[in-house]
Amino acid sequence: MIRIITFLSTFLVFSFGSAYADPKKVGFIYIGPPGDHGWTYMHDVGRKYMESQLGDSITTTYLENIPENADAVRAIRKLADSGHDLIFTTSFNYMDQTHEVAKDFPDIKFEHATGYIQADNVATYSARFYEGRMIEGHIAGHMTETNTIGYIASFPIPEVVRGINAFYLAAAKVNPDIKMKIIWVFTWYDPGKEADAANTLINQGADIIVQHTDTYAPCQAAQKAGVYAFGQASNQEEFCPDAHLTSIEDIWGPYYAARAKAVVDGTWSSGDTWDGMDKGMVVMSPYNNKLMPASLIQEAVNMEVGIKDGTIHPFTGPIYNQAGELVVPEGEVAPDGMLLGMNFYVQGIDGEVPQ
Amino acid sequence: MNFDLILGILQIVLIATTPLVFAGIGELVTEKSGVLNLGVEGMMLVGAVSAFIILVITESYFLAFFVSILSGIIMSGLFAFLVLFLMSNQIATGLALTIFGIGLSSMLGKQYIGTPIDGLSPWFFVIFSFLIVFLVSYFFYKTKAGLILRAVGESHNSAHALGYSVIKIRFLSILFGGSMCALAGSYISICYAPMWQEGMTAGRGWIALALVVFATWKPERVLIGAYIFGGVTILQMNLQALGLRFPGQFFSMAPYLATIIVLVLISSNKLRIKLSAPASLTIPFYKGR
Repeated sequence: MIRIITFLSTFLVFSFGSAYADPKKVGFIYIGPPGDHGWTYMHDVGRKYMESQLGDSITTTYLENIPENADAVRAIRKLADSGHDLIFTTSFNYMDQTHEVAKDFPDIKFEHATGYIQADNVATYSARFYEGRMIEGHIAGHMTETNTIGYIASFPIPEVVRGINAFYLAAAKVNPDIKMKIIWVFTWYDPGKEADAANTLINQGADIIVQHTDTYAPCQAAQKAGVYAFGQASNQEEFCPDAHLTSIEDIWGPYYAARAKAVVDGTWSSGDTWDGMDKGMVVMSPYNNKLMPASLIQEAVNMEVGIKDGTIHPFTGPIYNQAGELVVPEGEVAPDGMLLGMNFYVQGIDGEVPQ
Repeated sequence: MNFDLILGILQIVLIATTPLVFAGIGELVTEKSGVLNLGVEGMMLVGAVSAFIILVITESYFLAFFVSILSGIIMSGLFAFLVLFLMSNQIATGLALTIFGIGLSSMLGKQYIGTPIDGLSPWFFVIFSFLIVFLVSYFFYKTKAGLILRAVGESHNSAHALGYSVIKIRFLSILFGGSMCALAGSYISICYAPMWQEGMTAGRGWIALALVVFATWKPERVLIGAYIFGGVTILQMNLQALGLRFPGQFFSMAPYLATIIVLVLISSNKLRIKLSAPASLTIPFYKGR
């Protein structure tokens, strides 16, 4: 039945001599709701940007709140079955599911966010959020009075571990006494639990809260307790103006638009994209000038410039792991391969990455 | 370990556990009357979103909680009508109520996502949650009305034969359960994490359901169980933050594991099941039989 309709609609388009080709269908799988004002929200902003850039040549759909289990296979397959040409799966743990469906639909293009395995029709893309973590760490090193940072981590995957390490390296550089307290909450999205974790960290003496989860509950908890916090994924200043120092913003729009354009033009090819501040994929929210001294804001801005032109790299040696082994020699920077698979803490962080 | 640290942990446990107590005690009363309502999560979400919306519009905390409880009464009233009068299957209807509640709350709350509000201090509700557990316990075991409610849950035909209105008593029990679930939801969106986010109860409704089984349908044990579930979560966070090696994943599933163990224990002996679960649970009542 669907085939007949598709055939008829194709026929109609041609018979009216329309200037448009069939619009390409672009689908998105979201881990949370677009209203989380964090991770999924920014993907949805990217989707809308893509729509605004490509106009009538594409139509977009999204499926929200898709768990990272067998449900994801069903959701991805649903998009594939309904004639989508390009499908973005926007969470790390959709990796196996994306590849499982992609095998059955060789003509459909898939893009898996933050993944590291490619196939002929599966590209991966991610942003170098750790560049932003470095700036946050630098700021935290200066702003903390208790020398204790509270870090709310989601799942022990390389992206999160990398963020923790980049943050700590920068913070310890300006403040060698700094201590990191890390709580793994094993969820991306649970406002109550995120607030509990923030309050627990504050109770244990943290005066700066960093989060790698998706809602602004930790920032709110920080505001209530009178300590500082960094937002996540989007600018969260309006929710916690007295706590929010800055956020790392994920800017997906231009990438999404370019990839969809490639599908429309028929030039899409698989690959791996990992862009950072230099390409505008990672952007810092406006620094809070009510809370931060002007000199520190200037330092942060200078760091941004350095990261963009390549003179500063968050993982510049010497870097040691917890066992004291040199993993990045002096004068070198960590290769992307090491960063992509990072599953260890650097020296100075207590505890261990959960397995 | 100093005193302030322990006091702080205690505060976080109290704040985090209160919604479980409200939803758990509400569901307990419903189940005691012989009705299983699996719509807890859905009713919590609708309660959370309606309280949030009313607070944004009217800026009155009283109205917010009032309308939220009203929403719980409407949602559970719908459920009661379906299962008591139309004799629909309780399990299917309850699941449908949860799915409906998730969808309805997302739809209602769409434009309110990310609206900043001033949170309310949770302490009144924390105290109230203890109070309500003891009130329910007193009601069940010290009043005639409580005895009748339990009788309806054990054997609705006997209760009917004695002249009690089974339908009316179950209807009221379901409404009480609904209003408590809505209260739990509004507590989450106004006090606990003052915001509205889709699906923000994040499975607490299911934990509340597990809690009732875990408590073997005894009110005080709901309180104890809730604090074990909540306390374990906060404790493991504290241990993590202190840098101790800890399997956090294990503690995420601990409440469910504990419930299964209790289920196995009470099911291993037929007499024990009879002593704990209301005998008429999920069995529809047909008048005139």
